[in-house]
Amino acid sequence: MENPYLPYPVRIDSVVTETEDRNLKTFKLVFLNSEDREKFIHRAGQFAELSIAGKGEIPIGIASAPTEKGYLLFTVNKVGVVTSALHQMESGDTIGVRGPLGNCYPWEQMEGSNVVIIGGGFAFTTLRASIVYMLHPDNRKRFGNLTVIYGARTPGMLLYKDELVAWEERDDIHMHITVDAADDPNWKYNVGFVPTITQETAPSAKDAYAIVCGPPIMIKFTLPILSELGFPPERIIMSLEMRMKCGIGMCGRCNIGTEYVCKDGPVFDLAHMSRLPNEY
Amino acid sequence: MADKIIKKADLPALLSRLLDHYRVYAPVRHQGMTNFQEISAADQVDLSHVNTTLSPKSLMLPQSESMFEFTLDRTSDQVGVLREIEKDFSPRIIFGIRPCDAKSFQLLDLNFDTPTYRDPWWVKRRQSTTLIGLGCNDPCSTCFCTSVGSGPFSTDGLDILFIDAGDEFAIQTVTEKGEQTFSKVEIGAEGSNATTDAVLSVQERALKLMKSAVHSKNLKDQDEKALFEADFWDEVQFGCINCGVCTFVCPTCWCFDIQDEVHKGNGIRLRNWDACMFPLFTLHGSGHNPRAQKLQRVRQRFMHKLKYFVDKYDVGVACVGCGRCVQQCPVNIDIRHVFRLMNDLGA
Repeated sequence: MENPYLPYPVRIDSVVTETEDRNLKTFKLVFLNSEDREKFIHRAGQFAELSIAGKGEIPIGIASAPTEKGYLLFTVNKVGVVTSALHQMESGDTIGVRGPLGNCYPWEQMEGSNVVIIGGGFAFTTLRASIVYMLHPDNRKRFGNLTVIYGARTPGMLLYKDELVAWEERDDIHMHITVDAADDPNWKYNVGFVPTITQETAPSAKDAYAIVCGPPIMIKFTLPILSELGFPPERIIMSLEMRMKCGIGMCGRCNIGTEYVCKDGPVFDLAHMSRLPNEY
Repeated sequence: MADKIIKKADLPALLSRLLDHYRVYAPVRHQGMTNFQEISAADQVDLSHVNTTLSPKSLMLPQSESMFEFTLDRTSDQVGVLREIEKDFSPRIIFGIRPCDAKSFQLLDLNFDTPTYRDPWWVKRRQSTTLIGLGCNDPCSTCFCTSVGSGPFSTDGLDILFIDAGDEFAIQTVTEKGEQTFSKVEIGAEGSNATTDAVLSVQERALKLMKSAVHSKNLKDQDEKALFEADFWDEVQFGCINCGVCTFVCPTCWCFDIQDEVHKGNGIRLRNWDACMFPLFTLHGSGHNPRAQKLQRVRQRFMHKLKYFVDKYDVGVACVGCGRCVQQCPVNIDIRHVFRLMNDLGA
């Protein structure tokens, strides 16, 4: 019997410090066993439990796209016991990965549609996976217009800066990068909160899905704007966070009403969420 | 109806023969409480209890269970790699389990043995265990199993049922597993009409003694959000001190935590019972807590058992009517009262 609690051993291949506050690092992980690598087939929007022996496990969105083969990327904010220990680790160290877990963004449903991606702060990880996935030559023609609105507090707090710049230069994706404030006179992108930029860019709701990930305050002010723009609740997609342990719907803590965020989520559309008790 | 009878005086001989083939767990009286323990001799068993103080859930889901082991020795090529720990899953018997508690295992199967994931320890323990039940001749004033789909002589979830019929036990074999178990011990005689009459009379008497009942038929049709937002939660939670004893004694409370423990460079990952009564249960790393308030936690426990579980699995409530939480709650919160509030909302 397969043991769903047993992590696959992985080696940290590289560590990149993403932000100027040094609180966010991206870990590139490679599987120690090739059969584990072949078993780990994920889709953008799913997460995994990162396991550090002696410290515990943390549920983290998978930042690499399924089209990026042979490794996994996780961008981790330093918050508690496990993330602090992980931030101390270096390339060559062994940790564990358990997954992929949870559902993904509704890729079958979104096929043929325009996709608007709205992200804030460090909740951009599975959105990066989604963008990389959709931009892959095999997939790009399966989606219509691609619009990205991504904001952080300052330019130095944006994740994946090199990729953001590269996407800016492409003509098959409309990028709207923004920061709350910038003291860099050479800052050539937007200044303003994500909801404001969403209102200004006013992406069309016609044949479009919006995927929204960010801090609660950003979500709170962005949702009414999407509704005004004509996005029905069934086409506003969100990913939730919850304290988790097992990640497989058994340990009982991450529920919102009948739904376990780890197994039935983390991706829910707004219509589904509005049917659940307001307890998240 | 009884397949066999065994004289009460022969029970020690039966248990001894079971011990030749199985690990046997049975009610044992210790320090004023009767609880399930592994026995090594028949005379340890005490069947004078109404029900055990703790539910037998720890036999399937131990209160603390080691899952994996690892070394932190950096000179080892296995540093940081988790390995499964060998466990004893040899055949065993739980003797003397009440029908309500046997039903709780069936309900928990829905959580631990799913089409997507199977909890290996739960599944292996379930597979290796034969459940020999003991019917309840004298239900307690807090028992309400008959109104939540079980009963003092229900065979749901059991492999064999023993019924105390005076000088003898009437034995009903329920499953093939039970039959195989019994064929190994070769004990007992054919039942007579007199046994059947005796069984019928204890069953009738037990049902008369069953004074408590709950209403649950409206729960499925109640609106989840209306129940969630109901005013009565304020009254229900008022006296609660979040001690968690209800979850501790409950046969259908299965929530657990996972923790790592390290000693001198070696460690284990283990899981421990946890409870929705505790604020840490849902505290995010960011400091945000979706169930920071006592009311939210009390509501979660009852909503989970009597609404979310009902809606998710469509097999009724996650309560078997054992009444342990009613007996043990230090502030007299009574789930039978909460049943009524939830079932009758809007009526």
